[in-house]
Amino acid sequence: METRSHIRAQAFVKVWTVFVVLAIYLPILCGALAGLSKGRYFGFPVRVFSTEWWDKTLASLEIQSLVQNSLLIAFIVTLASVVLAFFGALAFARYDWKGRKTFQKAILLPVFFPQPVLGLALLLWFNALGINPSWQTAVVAHLVWIVPVVTLVIAIQVYSFDSTLEEAARDFGASRWFILREVTLPILWPGIWSGALFAFLLSWGNFPLSLYTAGVDSTIPKWLYSKMVAGYSPMVPALGTMSTLSAAVLLLAGGLVVMLLRRRSMRG
Amino acid sequence: MAVTIHEEAIHGRSAAALPAIPAGLRAAGPVIVLLLLGFLAPLLTVAAYAFATPKSFDVFRSFTFANFSAIFDTSNTVWMSFAWSLAFALATVALLAVIAYPIAYGLNRMFGKWSGFIGVLFVFPLFVSENVRLYGWVLFFIKNGVLDGGLKWLGFSGGPEVLYTPGAILFGMLYVYLPFMLFPMSLGIAMIPRDLVDAARDLGASRLMIWREIELPLAMPGILIGMLLTFVLGAGAIAESKILGGQSVITIAQDIEVAFTYAQNWPLGSALALLLVAIVSGLALYVLAKLDLDRILGKR
Repeated sequence: METRSHIRAQAFVKVWTVFVVLAIYLPILCGALAGLSKGRYFGFPVRVFSTEWWDKTLASLEIQSLVQNSLLIAFIVTLASVVLAFFGALAFARYDWKGRKTFQKAILLPVFFPQPVLGLALLLWFNALGINPSWQTAVVAHLVWIVPVVTLVIAIQVYSFDSTLEEAARDFGASRWFILREVTLPILWPGIWSGALFAFLLSWGNFPLSLYTAGVDSTIPKWLYSKMVAGYSPMVPALGTMSTLSAAVLLLAGGLVVMLLRRRSMRG
Repeated sequence: MAVTIHEEAIHGRSAAALPAIPAGLRAAGPVIVLLLLGFLAPLLTVAAYAFATPKSFDVFRSFTFANFSAIFDTSNTVWMSFAWSLAFALATVALLAVIAYPIAYGLNRMFGKWSGFIGVLFVFPLFVSENVRLYGWVLFFIKNGVLDGGLKWLGFSGGPEVLYTPGAILFGMLYVYLPFMLFPMSLGIAMIPRDLVDAARDLGASRLMIWREIELPLAMPGILIGMLLTFVLGAGAIAESKILGGQSVITIAQDIEVAFTYAQNWPLGSALALLLVAIVSGLALYVLAKLDLDRILGKR
């Protein structure tokens, strides 16, 4: 009896997980269908498939500038947040210092904060400083939210770090920078790469912060939203699908790199 | 303890200023500066605006409670937005706890070598703009959309009208915030030592008893973080009501946005934002104070 109910529970968990995964990807598939169907308005079942809207989207100069903006922001955010979060994660998980518990909690606050409100607050602050919102201010806004996330991602790796390795190197007379380069960084590479991947993808898809802080410089999520609210065109689902696919490819490639690094650091 | 602090104070003064800063603080320095300039300062600006004369921009020059009395004025309907947002957030927390628990359990105990892959399937939506995903549901539920059109094609009379209702908003929130419940919960369940469960079973405890007395309390820190995250995010939700809800319900974040944009009443918007922040961060600080993050994140 015990085992039978156990088997039933296991089957339930499996079926439920499959169901939820399917539900997660259903709307993304709906978007893909809409972007690939011919005609101005979407109807199901799709009568004629065509790449018309994909071609138009790819040829649009406006969309090319959106992609450039989104890429530029995501790129700078990734670089800056990995550097900041690397040291932040050491302070979070590695060093013993008096303010550590406070720091651990303070850094979580931006993550536990409604993003639209954070975006508006930053807009007010930039206004008070006399700074016009642009893609540069959007970079700052993304950092406020993404650095804490990346810090957590790297910190998880730092927790599994054996600090006696650093001490051993120090006993052998290695300098601080030598230890960082030859001992600390190589061990933490998998965490750093995962953090970078998170930073890039989260910035790429971010909407609420960009909406308020990017000013006249539009990003892909911002443009999609403005077209959803007014002036629908099948370019909306087409661009949405393209953006999703690029994120998927990047996640796959990045995930592969992280996996290889993990394997190597386990062997080493 | 008192002695060491005293000694530090003496030595700190005599030593050079830089080496006296502990390594942890030095490493945390850049992040702290970012948080001060990018998080604390904007919040203080909001607070300053909240006490400025309504419909003006003379921040720091006037001080009034007029914005708050406007909010608490019963002839106003702002309190309804607050009520809706908090109710949605509570419902999201309760439902997601039930939806995510079996999956979090499976990720830790059942899926084995598949759990990494399944985890990635749940992470991925985080990287797709929520607008895109919510819009996919519009295409699913809309008239002649995937559901309606599909049912008609199969010979039924068409799909139910769910779009632009409060139910659709709640559904969108469950959908968008699922990963924020799932992953902390999964971290929490990972903290349960297996031998403890085995030992309880050997001693004859029933499955329900093991779950209630051992598994649930040990997984609680992670579950609490998940609940806190989903509540906070749910209370500040805006895209769901705009894209799926079609103005059937105005959430508080939407009221705040309207005050800043169309109404051009920054002080009122700031007062609303400050109230939301007070509710949300009061709760966040209360829960965070009870958690030991070293245990939750370190024990993997």
